Amino acid sequence: MTQSAQKNPAQSEAVEHGHADKIGPDPNYNFAYLDEQTKRMIRRAILKAVAIPGYQVPFASREMPMPYGWGTGGVQVTASILGPDDVLKVIDQGADDTTNAVSIRQFFVRTAAVETTEHTEEASIIQTRHRIPEKPLSEDQILVYQVPIPEPLRFLEPRESETRKMHALGEYGLMHVKLYEDIATHGHIATTYAYPVKVNSHYIMDPSPTPKFDNPKMHRMPALQLFGAGREKRIYAIPPHTAVYSLDFEDHPFEIQQWEQSCELCGAENTFLDEVVTDDRGGRMFVCSDSDHCNRKREAAE
Amino acid sequence: MYVAVKGGEAAINEAHKLLAEERRGDLAVPELSTAQIEEQLSLSVDRVMTEGSLYDRKLAALAIKQARGDLIEAIFLIRAYRTTLPRFGYSAAVDTAKMGIRRRISATFKDIPGGQVLGPTFDYTHRLLDFKLAAEEGDEGETSGSDFAELPDGVAQLDDSMPRVVDLLKHEGLIEEERPGEKPESIGDLTREPMNFPVDRDVRLQNLARGDEGFLLALGYSTQRGYGRSHPFAGEIRLGEVAVEFVPEDLGFPIEIGEVTLSECQMVNQFKGSTEAPPQFTRGYGLSFGHCERKVMAMALVDRALKGRELGEVVDSPAQDEEFVMEHSDNIQASGFVEHLKLPHYVDFQSELELVRKMRRERREADLGEKDPQAVEAAE
Repeated sequence: MTQSAQKNPAQSEAVEHGHADKIGPDPNYNFAYLDEQTKRMIRRAILKAVAIPGYQVPFASREMPMPYGWGTGGVQVTASILGPDDVLKVIDQGADDTTNAVSIRQFFVRTAAVETTEHTEEASIIQTRHRIPEKPLSEDQILVYQVPIPEPLRFLEPRESETRKMHALGEYGLMHVKLYEDIATHGHIATTYAYPVKVNSHYIMDPSPTPKFDNPKMHRMPALQLFGAGREKRIYAIPPHTAVYSLDFEDHPFEIQQWEQSCELCGAENTFLDEVVTDDRGGRMFVCSDSDHCNRKREAAE
Repeated sequence: MYVAVKGGEAAINEAHKLLAEERRGDLAVPELSTAQIEEQLSLSVDRVMTEGSLYDRKLAALAIKQARGDLIEAIFLIRAYRTTLPRFGYSAAVDTAKMGIRRRISATFKDIPGGQVLGPTFDYTHRLLDFKLAAEEGDEGETSGSDFAELPDGVAQLDDSMPRVVDLLKHEGLIEEERPGEKPESIGDLTREPMNFPVDRDVRLQNLARGDEGFLLALGYSTQRGYGRSHPFAGEIRLGEVAVEFVPEDLGFPIEIGEVTLSECQMVNQFKGSTEAPPQFTRGYGLSFGHCERKVMAMALVDRALKGRELGEVVDSPAQDEEFVMEHSDNIQASGFVEHLKLPHYVDFQSELELVRKMRRERREADLGEKDPQAVEAAE
């Protein structure tokens, strides 16, 4: 994104990204790529997912023009809920300008010609990989997560036929034993991202590989949270204002990452920081992973 | 001042330009046409159609050209395009017994009704590089006439009737019965419904037909080396054209809408019997678009191995493990997820970095504490 664009938030991103010549969506494809039947099928899966918070709904995931593992689940969910009036924000690792976020944003500019933004509060739909924006979301927003492995029990039990049974019976002893073993071996729970949560006091859910720093943001979030796993063909959801509890023990309560440093660009002290290596002699600096949050804080300071 | 090292749109656009340049290669060399690929790299086209699940030679040739000969990338292009195609309905089941045969061999009987037909095969070529093919154009014109096969005088045309070899065993009741599904409309389609384990054979076969040739080849090979052994014989391998029929709703009767080239393999496997079934021969089935003989043979071996559960066999080898085989056979899923490791993961990595540092610090302190409790306080 250009500097001038940042100073003029009203300007549409389509223009900023050089698509000014394109007035409507690519006529060779249906709006947002997927055909309407497929969108309906995905919306039905989303409705079911919203009705059963944290439950993984199987859906007939389509083959998309980007590779599996690169956000095909999130892209299908976004394509199914996107309308011409939506404003879309796409982030990867918290930033709008990472290569895959740029690529997915371009995909929707091309196939749906929707307005895009980098400003968290302006977006009606935010598609994300690995982060939740620092700025709290509101009721009229939807957060769409790209999910690689939706099954929180997968690395404890590789078989789908088994893990579905475990969810159905609420048989989560294996997960508690794993967390207990962490404490017995290391003195604390050694899971830093994809930290398991219990949704609406029922299903254990993988929050996708977001850092556990972001877990508290999911709890009673006013925005609808949708999770799409394309390769694994699963959709799940957390409806607005739903209780999301990070698993822990009474004597070992859940805690999030802390940094001794603050962001070297904007000075923020309560954000998730990326460590950037600046030379080959051990030099490093810490900067916000949420690029919009960091830019705005710096602009405000100027 | 620190400048963000994150990639941007400009970098992506430049990368695409470089890619286009690399694809074209040296401009002094004439450009490859899709017609040339279609005609002269036809086995690549066949594989892309089979694993791409779309019978269209021209599109497959285009995909191969665009993918610079990377067949998995070409299959990916076809699969993504396939998503956008409207679906009118399902064809009637094709009848491979009525195939217009180009190749047909059996390893179980010396002679069979209709005879053995070698057809176009690498099988008995000596794998010696043919340097004539590397010579400049012009030579090819000279060889083309006389080297092409002609039916010698006096040799009869192929029989019209080419019964399938395994059907011959069926008459004696020596081979397991295979009945078609109750209703054709109940046949599963994993591109429309996600797989739900355990799955039936219809979906298994669809999964294997779309599956990666290399993966199936290795699994099939593993069954021959003792991991889920089932003593296979190549009952029959056939290649040729079959008619595709479709029943339009408003007509109510089948009409022929075209023909497709198919390869089919029926494996016949020894089976000593179990508590579930008497001793008999069992079968494995392989089918592909075009000429993909290695693929259909491997597929038939894996299909047979996956019948272990139904036949009451001990299921303890990778090729017999339905979830393992079917969840990992698709090369578009596999390559996407393996290659997604190229995407940024620095948020997760940062989290792990912090954890490893913390754990090393704790351990160092614990080690120090054991040796000299006072040193810990001094160190802190």
